[in-house]
This record gives sequence, structure tokens and C-alpha cells, in this order.
Amino acid sequence: MTVTAPATGMRKVVVLGATSGIALEVERQLARQGCELLLVARSAQRLAELQSDLAARGARQVFTYAAELAYVQHHADIFDFARRTLPDFDTVLLAYGSMHNQKASETSVDVLLEELQVNFVSATAILTLFAAELERRRTGCLAAITSVAGDRGRRSNYVYGSAKGALSLFLQGLRSRLHSAGVRVVTIKPGPVQTPMTDHLPNSPRFADPEQVARDIARALERRSPDVLYTPKVWRYIMTAVQQIPETIFKRLSF
Amino acid sequence: MRKQPTASPSVRGILSWGRYPKTAHQYVHKPAWNDQVPKILRAAAPGSLLPYGLGRSYGDSCLNAGRELIDCRRLNRILGFDESTGLLRCESGVSISDILDVFLPKGWFPPVTPGTRFVTVGGAIANDVHGKNHHRAGTFGAHVRQIVLHRSNDGLVVCNSEINSDMLGATIGGLGLTGVIAWADIQLKRVAGPWIDAESVPFGSLNSFLNLSRDSNDRFEYTVAWLDCFAGKKPRGIFFRGNHATDHSPGHGKTFHPKRGPKLPFALPAWMLNRYSVRAFNTAYYTIHAARKGATAVAYDSFFYPLDSIRQWNLLYGRQGFLQYQCVIPDTNLEAVEELLDRIAHSGMGSFLGVLKQFGSAPPAGMLSFPRPGLTIALDFAMRGERTLKLMQSLDEVVQQSGGALYPAKDARMSPALFEASFPRWRSFVPYIDPKMSSSFWRRVTEAQQ
Repeated sequence: MTVTAPATGMRKVVVLGATSGIALEVERQLARQGCELLLVARSAQRLAELQSDLAARGARQVFTYAAELAYVQHHADIFDFARRTLPDFDTVLLAYGSMHNQKASETSVDVLLEELQVNFVSATAILTLFAAELERRRTGCLAAITSVAGDRGRRSNYVYGSAKGALSLFLQGLRSRLHSAGVRVVTIKPGPVQTPMTDHLPNSPRFADPEQVARDIARALERRSPDVLYTPKVWRYIMTAVQQIPETIFKRLSF
Repeated sequence: MRKQPTASPSVRGILSWGRYPKTAHQYVHKPAWNDQVPKILRAAAPGSLLPYGLGRSYGDSCLNAGRELIDCRRLNRILGFDESTGLLRCESGVSISDILDVFLPKGWFPPVTPGTRFVTVGGAIANDVHGKNHHRAGTFGAHVRQIVLHRSNDGLVVCNSEINSDMLGATIGGLGLTGVIAWADIQLKRVAGPWIDAESVPFGSLNSFLNLSRDSNDRFEYTVAWLDCFAGKKPRGIFFRGNHATDHSPGHGKTFHPKRGPKLPFALPAWMLNRYSVRAFNTAYYTIHAARKGATAVAYDSFFYPLDSIRQWNLLYGRQGFLQYQCVIPDTNLEAVEELLDRIAHSGMGSFLGVLKQFGSAPPAGMLSFPRPGLTIALDFAMRGERTLKLMQSLDEVVQQSGGALYPAKDARMSPALFEASFPRWRSFVPYIDPKMSSSFWRRVTEAQQ
């Protein structure tokens, strides 16, 4: 077998956190292109429903593995399953995360640590396994969904934001490391999206349409694109502006 | 007492297609998985919930003012498909549009489709929708082989012709009141491709419409007419009829490009729709189609869904929204139809979208199904307050005297008496209502009588 950049529709994608709101829409885009998919998420029941849906919508093959991604001790099994079931996977998308109530993580250290465990610690752990494999094979694409909330600490969600911001930093370093091996690392920073994770937030009906965000992500997975994807695109400009605000002013802003 | 859901802002912005009445809901649940539905049902107060889909019902049958909705649009997974028989199993939030996107390339078509592709399977069942092939295929519900229902008391309930067949009949056309559909089995129909061999024939009177209809219903799977309702007792219109193109017909082999049309960005000012602009539109529409009469192969989407090409066309009617009046008049009573058209013409409040169709004689699939043998007429009226409601009341008299019925999916204002006349068996439906379910429509037409 020759190692070349896979053409559209030939890709084999591992999705970590396959039942998250954004992942669901990305998977539909990939299914339509005829990709092979390996889906990892907590609930076997949900994975089974998803499997039949994506197969009907055009995915060439859909494999599933039920496991709790937040627990690092499960990662070796997940990784083994991926290597055995979809040995020549070429793309890994990390799409899980949690957004607790910020107030709860200010008063409970347990909630705070869980938020960091899910969004940062476990994410870097599993990415490290897959990164080593792609680096060895000198091909492929590693992508992870972080958040615009990681670009600047804000009083309303700095715990979630710091975990996602740390993950973005991790990806930055990883990208630099894997660059010479020819492995792409894509940091995906969505603005607020209408998903179950954000339903409880005020203004959620005005958030971005997950299908639009998924189209951007699917495109970023398939070809040379910016290393850091803001979606919807306007968030690149918004965050550039937000980052310019001096700290002495920013700390007084109440958002 | 009603249990208040936590973090419950009054939810505005969920409207029906007619954008009338304006309502606010207490809370909108948005389950993404079927396993989340039982908890929502358990926690709810009696009569507090209603499933909601794409909101294409025109009036208040998809609304639950002051109470809660279960938005089923995230429950949109295809759970299975038998390539040899065309039997589809899907969740209730899958839309006709999804079905077309996924299954038309494989040679399968929805057995019945309404005039928009943006309805969910759950909504199509709950309103037992009909289409241009009613005279051949009956309603959507006639092609539902099985429904699995979340019920607040009984958990998942399987309904088919052998088990709980009465609950199946109650759920088809049951306005979402019998529970939340977890998934349904729908029989799709084999087609050769996306093309329709279509013909349009101008007509100049109700009699010639009826002759066309009788003559066409044997030869054409799909028939419907557009009506210029400014013409009064001698209405003119265009009769559209078509069949799925077969391998040998002219359309076959052309490449098909689905197109995404423009979108109406905001509600137009109310004064733009007036008797002169609508009359001008109707004259232009008639003239253009009369000149194009004859047979051609057209893409399925322009044949079935001409209005879907303008997204949010309902904003055309301005901020106050609009009402649709769809009734069925028993076949023999042409005088009643003439009387209806006459009253509309005299009111000066004619509409763009006069639609006329002869229903077939298929037995109703559901207890509260609307279609029955006769002529069905659908007309849009911009909401202009009392004046519009008065006109409709005067149309109600004609419908009721003729022994006809109004269509709940289009209604925002019929009286309890007219509902009773339209659906005399509604009391036998009541025992099938899930105790946690209710709707604005249902309270309006039945509460005084229970």
C-alpha cells in the first residue's frame, strides 16, 4: 500500500465523543461523503441508533465502541479497538466536552476538577495515544474541538474556558511536533452553537446552526485549511478584537 | 398544581406557519435521543406537553400556549431500511426532505407528500396529511405500518394492525395528543427517478374542473388545481396532473440538480398585499400557466413543492400573519362550493393560493382524519383582524350546512360547534389522549364541551 493523502470519500475517521451535538452533524457530512467511521461514546444504545442512521445516509462502514472517554483508564482499550477495527484510520476528531454551570465550579472543587478532567486532562491523554500512532505512520489528521471561550478568560465561564484554552495550547505544541511527520493538527474553535450542551444558556436560539458549523469542520478535515478553524468564521474577527482589549478594562466587563 | 420546570423563561418565537396566533410557551424541551423522552413525560404536569416538529401546521394545533412543547427535531435518525421492500423505520423528527435526500437516489419516494417537504414524519402522522395522490393512495397514515409511542403511563407502546390497532388509529391524525412517537415504520414507494411527467390544463368553471378531475384521476397519480378566487362563481384555474416518469418517458436520463432558493428575510409590510396586487398576481399566474399548457417533464421538487423554493414565504403576509382556510365539501354539493367562492369574491380578500382537489374514497386511516370524499379547497387570507375572522365565519356557515369539515392542521379559529360537526366521533378519541398532553387547538375546540 502506498501512503498518500486520501481522497474525499475514502477517509477513515475515528470520532471521540460521537454523540455530542456537533459531532452528530459532522458525522452526517462524512457519511454523505462515503467515509468509514469509528464512533466512540458513552451510551451503547445511542451508538446503535447512530450507526444505523449514518449507514443509511451513505457511510461505507460504521463501527462503534461504548466507553467513558473522561476516564483515562479506558483509553488503552479504546485505542486498541481502533487499531484492530479500523487499522488504517487517517483522521481523528475529538468532539466531546462538558460545560458545567460556572457558579457550581466556583464553589465546588469537585465540579471544577471534573470540568478540567473531561475537557483537558482526558482529552490530552487520548490525543497523545493517537498522535503517536499517526506520527509513526507519518500521515493523517488530528482535529479537536475546543472553543472561542478558550481565547480569553471571562467571569461567566472561565473554568470551561481555561480547560478549552489549555487544550488549544496543547494542540499548538502538538502541531509543531507533528508537522515534520506530515501529520496535520487542526484546532476547531466554534462560537456558541445550538446543541444540547448550550440549551440552558440564555440566547441559545440565536446561536449558530450546528449543521453550518459541521460543514466548516468537515471541510477543514478534508483539505489544507487554516491550522486553527473559527466557525462560524465571524468569530475569528470577534476574538481578534476581544483579545485586543486591555486587561484593566476587560476585568471590568461583565460578560 | 403545575410543577414549574427549573430555569424556565417564557419562550417566545415559536410560532405556527401562519404566524397567528402569537403565543409564548412556558418551556421547550429538546430531547436529542429517545432515551430522554420518558423522563420529560414523567416530570410533566397533566395536560402540559405537546410534541412539536417543523411547525408547518398553520394555526394552533402545533402550539401549547402557556405550557410546554417537546421539540422533536433532534430525534431525526433513520433506524433501518429494507432495500428490497422499501420499508423505512425512522424517528419522528425525520423530515420528508430527509427521506427525499437519502432515499430518492436509491429509487424510493414518500408514499404521500404534502405541499412542503419541510414536515416531520411525526407531524405527517399526527395530522394524517394528504397530497396530490389522495385519490390513489389515501393519506400518509395509510402507509404507516407501525408506530412505537412514548406514553407517560405505559412507557413504550407498540401499535400496528395486530397489536393496539385502536391506538394506531388514534395516533394517525391524533394531533400529537396520544404521546410522543419514538419511531415509525413507513412504506416507501418505488420510482424510476426524480422526474415527473406533468401536464397543466386551464379551466374556466367548476364543472370543467370536475370533468378534468374525473377524467384525470384514472390516468394520473397526482392531480391538483390552482384557483383564481377573484373570479367568483365561475372560477378559472389551472389543473395540474402528473405521473412519476418511467424509464422510457422523456424526462428520464436528464441530470437533476437540486437547487436552494432565495429566502424572504423579514415580514413584508402589510399594505403590499392588497386586492389589487393579489388580483394582478393571479392574472399573471393564470396567463403564464395557460400559455404553457401541455405536457413536460419537470423535476419533482418544482412539481410538489413550488413554495419551498422561497424559504419563509409565510413572511409574505406581514407581521400579523395569515390564516389558511381548508375545508372539504361533499362531492355532490357544487352549489356549496360556488357559494363559498362567491362569498370570498365579494369580500375582496382573495388569496394567491387557492388550491382545489378532489379527494378519493379511501377509508380514513385515523379516527380524526380530515380527508373524506368530496372537494377540498384551501385558501390563504392575510390576517386583517375582525374583517378576516368575519369572512371565515361566513364561510363556516356554508361548510357546516353542506355537511363538510374543516382541517385542524390549518385552523386557528373554528368554533367548537364546527369541530363537532366536522369530527362527530371526537369523543371516542378522548380516551386515547395521553394524560400529559394537550394543545392550544384541543383546548379551544373541546374544553367547553368536556
